Amino acid sequence: MTDTLTPAPARSAVAIDDPRVRRAIELVWHEADLLDRKEYDAWQALYADDAIYVIPIERDAEDFDDILNMVYDDQRMRAMRVTRMTEGHAIAAVDAAVTVRTVSRFVVTGVEDSVVSLRAAQVLVAFKRGTHDLWAGDVDYRIRLGADRAEDRFVRKVVRLVDADAATPAAGFLL
Amino acid sequence: MTIELTPQNVYDVAPADLVQEDRVAGRVYTDPAIFELEMVKIFESTWIWVAHDSELPKPGSFKSTFVGRHPVIVSRDRKGVVHTLVNRCRHRGASVCEKRTGEANGFTCPYHAWSYGLDGKLRGIPYPDGYEGVMSKEGMGLKKLRTESYGGMIFATLADDIEPLEDFLGDVKTWIDRFMKQGGGYPIKVLGTHQFRFKGNWKIQLENTTDGYHFPIVHRSWMASVDAETADMMSFMTDPEAVTHDLGNGHSVGQMVPEHSDLDDDDGTEPLQARFAPLVERLRGHGLDDAAIRKLVRSMHGTGFNLNLFPNVSLSSAFFRTLRPISVDETVIEHVAIGPDGPPEIVDEVNRERLRVHEHFQGPFGFGTPDDAEGWDRVQRGAAGAPELPIMVNRGLAREKPSPEGWATSHITDETGMRAAYAHWKQMMSDD
Ligand code: FES
Ligand SMILES: [Fe+2]
Repeated sequence: MTDTLTPAPARSAVAIDDPRVRRAIELVWHEADLLDRKEYDAWQALYADDAIYVIPIERDAEDFDDILNMVYDDQRMRAMRVTRMTEGHAIAAVDAAVTVRTVSRFVVTGVEDSVVSLRAAQVLVAFKRGTHDLWAGDVDYRIRLGADRAEDRFVRKVVRLVDADAATPAAGFLL
Repeated sequence: MTIELTPQNVYDVAPADLVQEDRVAGRVYTDPAIFELEMVKIFESTWIWVAHDSELPKPGSFKSTFVGRHPVIVSRDRKGVVHTLVNRCRHRGASVCEKRTGEANGFTCPYHAWSYGLDGKLRGIPYPDGYEGVMSKEGMGLKKLRTESYGGMIFATLADDIEPLEDFLGDVKTWIDRFMKQGGGYPIKVLGTHQFRFKGNWKIQLENTTDGYHFPIVHRSWMASVDAETADMMSFMTDPEAVTHDLGNGHSVGQMVPEHSDLDDDDGTEPLQARFAPLVERLRGHGLDDAAIRKLVRSMHGTGFNLNLFPNVSLSSAFFRTLRPISVDETVIEHVAIGPDGPPEIVDEVNRERLRVHEHFQGPFGFGTPDDAEGWDRVQRGAAGAPELPIMVNRGLAREKPSPEGWATSHITDETGMRAAYAHWKQMMSDD
């Protein structure tokens, strides 16, 4: 098709085994485990009060205030969402799909003082009533490191689905 | 004539006979042959909603969508005229546009580069000498559908002989006029569109928009998450003023919040939700007076009714909901967020709130839609059992009375809207 190859982006200056980066990745994996187990109370506690969690419809959006998103949660919405997912009145949550997700292909997009930014690929398979649905996307994370691992918190998570602007199923779980 | 359905005869009865005044055979959700017939007798034979005016803001704007299963492009030409064109090259059939929305000078087929104008006319053919004496460009444009609009709602049809759109809408027009008042003095524009699919028949969704009965059950988790004023506004289950009208031609309107049916009616006594107090302050800072602010804030959740148009669109509180049948047991839904279109310093603030309200309920991860979708999925799965058993749409039949306007009317929790839609379905699906 084309004979000019775009040069590969420069590799991150920070190695993946940098202790700050390792802590950030461990937090991401911990979150993935909690979400697959639908441990939403514990999940919520991984987020800083000022954190936002977004699933946009426009894949390359950066500013989410003035556009429609699938999810745009601040602390208040996150808390209500967890109530919805755990109280037992939401029929979609009660009968939610079983999910298994893999988060990998980490790229360190920034390390400053105690804040680590990562980009990763997430592939989630959701199984419900004989059907496997695939949810694939890029995820941006920003993680604020605390005094120790237990105090590391997400300040931003943005899930950019490959089919963000197409028709997805309605979901009873979180990405 | 009423036919008693049995496991022996349910697959022999003519489609139109599967619908009776108060019940519908489950086979209408599950039979692929009925679906094929519906695509012809309904989706190719009546007015299908394709776009809102604001989705085509200027000459050259286009949106690709569907009329039944036909992919179409809705475009605005240089003179401002809107066209609905079948998205299929006249050469060998390739789709000429695969973008959902955008701006273009015309459409060039990527296969052999036949090019078409915004009005669908064939403009250019590469290496045209091979067509000398064989074909002229005249009459080889993209197939064009009749396109008409009312109140900013653009509809198209493959049927050249049916009534004008305004006659098809009839009494619905008054309600479209009222619905558009949620612009609070400004016109309405589309802010964004959620899309999702469910594994069920399109009529399950058509019913749902006029199903007040499910609301407090299915949407309990949403109700628990909103402030008291919003929850109170939605407490229509026991409000005798909350009614559904059959508007004819399969259309109906359910007034959940009757005091918001005409947003121009405001005696000033209704308190604004405390949640919007910061917005009120900012609007006041932009020089808006109290009346103008009340207009915008009282419209935050849209108008107080769901207007269900047969067969594929509803004007639902604060958004448009469209359905697209894919197959007998798969449907794509779009929830189109709308808001006022005016000076950015005013409408951007309002629309930011409206977007958050929309995200809260609608969308594939909203607090409402996944629960609705779960219900619809289950209807499809359950309807596969005992096909001779009817789907009941009889609720409130005995308390249905004509309104002063002559519309058959009953309580919002009744199934008047579904009966209206199915009566029209029956008429369109009958042989004559
Ligand atoms: S198929 Fe379109 S130009 Fe040939
Ligand atoms: Fe609903």
